[in-house]
Amino acid sequence: MTSRNLGRQARAGWLLTTPMLVILGLFLVLPIALALWVSVSNWTGRGSPLNSDVGFVGLDNYESLLAEPGLDRQDLMVSIRNTFYYVLGVVPLQTVLALLLAVVVNQRFLKGRTWFRTAFYFPSVVSSVAISLVFLFLFTGTGAVNQFLDVFGIEGPSWFSDSRGLIHIVGESLGVWSTNSPPSGLVDNDVLGLSLWEWFKGPSVALSAIMLQVIWTTAGTFMLLFLAALQDVPTEVEEAAMVDGATTWERFRHVTLPHLRPTMLLVITLGIIGTWQVFDQMYIMTQGGPAKTTLTPAYLSYSTAFNSNKWGQGAAIAFLLFLLIFVLTTLQRVILRDRDKVKSKPRSRRREPQNESSGVAA
Amino acid sequence: MTTTMPAPVENDEANVNDGAVGKGSSRARKTFVYFLLIVFAFVFIYPFVIQLVTSLKTNTDAVDNPLRLLPNPFDAGAWSRLRDTDFPRWFLNSTIVTLTVTTFRVLFASMAGYALARLKFRGRDAIFTSLLAVMAVPGIVLLIPKFLVLNELNIYNTYAAMILPLVVDAAGVFIMRQFFLQIPVSVEEAARIDGAGPFRTFWYIVLPMARPALITVTILSFQGSWNELGHYIIAVQDPKLFPLTRGVAGLTSGQLGSGSQFPITMAAGLLMTIPTAVVFVFFQRFFTRGANVGAEKG
Repeated sequence: MTSRNLGRQARAGWLLTTPMLVILGLFLVLPIALALWVSVSNWTGRGSPLNSDVGFVGLDNYESLLAEPGLDRQDLMVSIRNTFYYVLGVVPLQTVLALLLAVVVNQRFLKGRTWFRTAFYFPSVVSSVAISLVFLFLFTGTGAVNQFLDVFGIEGPSWFSDSRGLIHIVGESLGVWSTNSPPSGLVDNDVLGLSLWEWFKGPSVALSAIMLQVIWTTAGTFMLLFLAALQDVPTEVEEAAMVDGATTWERFRHVTLPHLRPTMLLVITLGIIGTWQVFDQMYIMTQGGPAKTTLTPAYLSYSTAFNSNKWGQGAAIAFLLFLLIFVLTTLQRVILRDRDKVKSKPRSRRREPQNESSGVAA
Repeated sequence: MTTTMPAPVENDEANVNDGAVGKGSSRARKTFVYFLLIVFAFVFIYPFVIQLVTSLKTNTDAVDNPLRLLPNPFDAGAWSRLRDTDFPRWFLNSTIVTLTVTTFRVLFASMAGYALARLKFRGRDAIFTSLLAVMAVPGIVLLIPKFLVLNELNIYNTYAAMILPLVVDAAGVFIMRQFFLQIPVSVEEAARIDGAGPFRTFWYIVLPMARPALITVTILSFQGSWNELGHYIIAVQDPKLFPLTRGVAGLTSGQLGSGSQFPITMAAGLLMTIPTAVVFVFFQRFFTRGANVGAEKG
């Protein structure tokens, strides 16, 4: 290859990547830098944060969120508590539902499997706004869900305006405590500005309705991941197991499930990363209410900045959330690396159909 | 905003190799599987059915009989009232933004993808590493930062504010790069021997070969920018500039005097779903494939 050619390539390389570099620089790198400055400033949203009258306040914004007793810290802790329960509920349930859907759709005798697959995946491509509007209607006090429950003699709650925590409710129905006069040992002890009683509240009924919606929406997405993995479970092993007289359940438990382990880990970690960012539903449906039980860090960050004009603090919350997700992403990397080490064989198998299909398409 | 990271599944009936699993199925097991499927299908489809039916009811009827599948009386008023609101304007805005974003995203993604896959130049590896880092930044934490920059650039509350930050998407670049890597180098070498420069080779030889990847990126980009909400919240505040997601999200808080007029919100939701639904039905194959590449980046 001539040096002239290399020069041409270099010029072309930079020219072709310029739009990408400019846009990502302007709207990704620069924003992070600017927000980092705002998070240590007292900017109130008027004028430019780079004006000389905007002051440097050091780590004040972070301190009032993490260290100083007060409403700011309490709100952040409430949002973290809510999201913790949200993740704890959504991730396992959407994973199990996705796996179940995949296994059922994957049955070979099934007629119309493409149709079913499409039906289960469809909610994933619909805008969160449209879906939220439907669920707001389904979950009103006298809505479709409650009328359906009524058929079985169950009196449904007024979902989106019910701030009672699930753990509180369950505890009360088991006679562990009374929500009217909660045990003083839990009420009087604070952790990070929130009483233990509050920490152990569980997701509120309103948040649970949102959780149901999100599980319903994303299960189809993850079903596709499981389906892809199911389709390269080695047939020979399956057959060998069958010859050995293994029952359907044994085959699933000892052949299929181990094969799905890497996908399972992927689905769980992607789920964790996705769920910690939940924002749309809060913006559309609840604005953090009732009684702040659907407040999440992402929504809190937005409303602190845009509604309360506390930009420094809003940006600080965004960075704390960034940090949290970064830790979780790193965790995911570590886990996935393990996965690759253990399961390098199925990975190469999996490449095959992919290459083949692109080859045909090209 | 749940994960926008769908996945593979190429194989339809033809390519199934789940082999022995289904073979010895007893009648009882088949019945059970069909039963499960029908229950699930009901759960996944019924909300959309209710949505459609409710949009044709009066509000009183909708509230009193949310489960009934026959509107009584039949009333298409919600649909015609939407016409008198800002809704058509929002639809237009969504169309403008989505088409512009998609056009440029596909162009820029294929340009950068090609350079990163095929051209040798100093700094290429650094750019690619940064790209991977950028893909790991969770979108939601960028809301405030992006607003700050739009504000600083004096383009807040304009079409440019909605469009510009979306015209490059790291995942799209990544998908294109992965595809270009698969194309045999010999094709380009032949072009080079014939005297074609890098640009000609890219535009006339390689790009036409990348049709499947181009369609994938087009569809992901269409769906992504049509359904985007967070970015539009921080980019504009004038209702005349709202795209559908932003405008319709406001319907819940009773803008347009809709109050809790369920038929209107259901109709609005349905109308905004139609374009993505059409694209989805026609290009399902590509949907799932592109997603696979995105998911494997891990």
